Amino acid sequence: MILLSFIDLILASSFVLLLALTSFWLELSIGRQLLVSAVRSFVQLGLVGLVLKQIFLMQSPWLLGLIGLVMLSVAGKEILSRQHRRFSGLWTYGIGVGSMFISSFSITFLALVFLLGNQPWWQPQYAIPLLGMMLGNTMNGVALGLNQVTEKAYLERDAIEGRLALGQTPGLAMSDIRRRSAQVGLTPILSSMAVAGLVSLPGMMTGQILAGGDPFEAAKYQMMIMFMIAGGTGFGVLFSIYLSCHRLFDERGRLRLDRLNSK
Amino acid sequence: MIQSLLQLDQFQFLQFKPCTLKLDSGCILGVSGVSGSGKSLFLRALADLIPNSGGLCFRGQALLEFSPPVWRAEVCYLVASSAWWFDTVGPHCKTWDFNALSALGFEAGVMDWPISRLSTGEKQRLAFVRSLSHQPSVLLLDEPTASLDSQNQQQFEALLSSWVADGDRAAVLVSHDEGQLGRVSSTQYRIHNQELELV
Repeated sequence: MILLSFIDLILASSFVLLLALTSFWLELSIGRQLLVSAVRSFVQLGLVGLVLKQIFLMQSPWLLGLIGLVMLSVAGKEILSRQHRRFSGLWTYGIGVGSMFISSFSITFLALVFLLGNQPWWQPQYAIPLLGMMLGNTMNGVALGLNQVTEKAYLERDAIEGRLALGQTPGLAMSDIRRRSAQVGLTPILSSMAVAGLVSLPGMMTGQILAGGDPFEAAKYQMMIMFMIAGGTGFGVLFSIYLSCHRLFDERGRLRLDRLNSK
Repeated sequence: MIQSLLQLDQFQFLQFKPCTLKLDSGCILGVSGVSGSGKSLFLRALADLIPNSGGLCFRGQALLEFSPPVWRAEVCYLVASSAWWFDTVGPHCKTWDFNALSALGFEAGVMDWPISRLSTGEKQRLAFVRSLSHQPSVLLLDEPTASLDSQNQQQFEALLSSWVADGDRAAVLVSHDEGQLGRVSSTQYRIHNQELELV
């Protein structure tokens, strides 16, 4: 494996600098944001690299659990920030975190125990990257699906109430919105599975190949990850849609848009 | 004693004063009031689409004894600007009442009409037939003729009156049109200062 020097990193960052200068020159007003994001990724990745090094040495399950919680709560925050309409109280955050937890954590757990079979099963150099990939993708799906449900319910409230008024159950009145929201939430993972390997090599596989791994072994790992991500995202999206549909109606099956606040 | 179809006993919703009244089979109860006085809210409360309290009975059975969909199928609210969610007219109802369709001047081909091409008046008339086709016992009508010309209004009034007379049914009719209320309703109420008062 070829090791990168600091000079290499600085040279690589010149692409971003060049883009920032161009956008200042064209007055695109994204130059500042671009620089801030670049610095953030530099600092965050650098710190994570250092911290992971320590964590892999310490091998503590409690520390691992804590890291899992931090990852989960940051992902929940990100979902929240991507909602145009939020439930009042902690509901939106809770629905996001809850559905990510149920799907990502359980699928990562099953994969670690039954597929990889490490001793101990929670070995951090497997658990953290796997959980990270699961959470990152599930987070995207849940954020998209959840936003779609609340946005559509708000825009199509007349149709929903019209259907309720004809004696339809809330479930039936929401059926089209539920279906479309699930499609929206699953589109990213569906398209990345469909073009995997044809348009680009997925990140994890690329990493393994660059690190000198056997491409076929890397491909097998990537397949496992893809299937885990598809399952995790899918169930996460379904949970979040189900929970938010539930929260949109009260015990007498009334559409309660007053529980939503616009951002 | 014949049981009333709908019975309100100190029935209350939002900030409105409690109201008590009966709606017997074969009757049309007319409701008037200025815009924003809460006529639609009254109908929505009767259909249990907004929170409400107090006594509300259908055929002597209290609201809470019904599951919400069953209640709303019996006490059916028709919103002023009708809602449509499929691309064409047909799929919005399993079994359309073709007699009612022709009574309002539609032919069977209307089933294939795209919703996007319907005029406001056509939507309003079709939504009325859609509600009838679901065979409710009580219809809650929210300004059902607001976008209809006088000929269509007459057809609507004739259909409504014959529907109510033709079985164990009743209707609550919210309208701006005093003349219409006079023609079809058996009792008239007015909503004023968040209170339902007999006219």
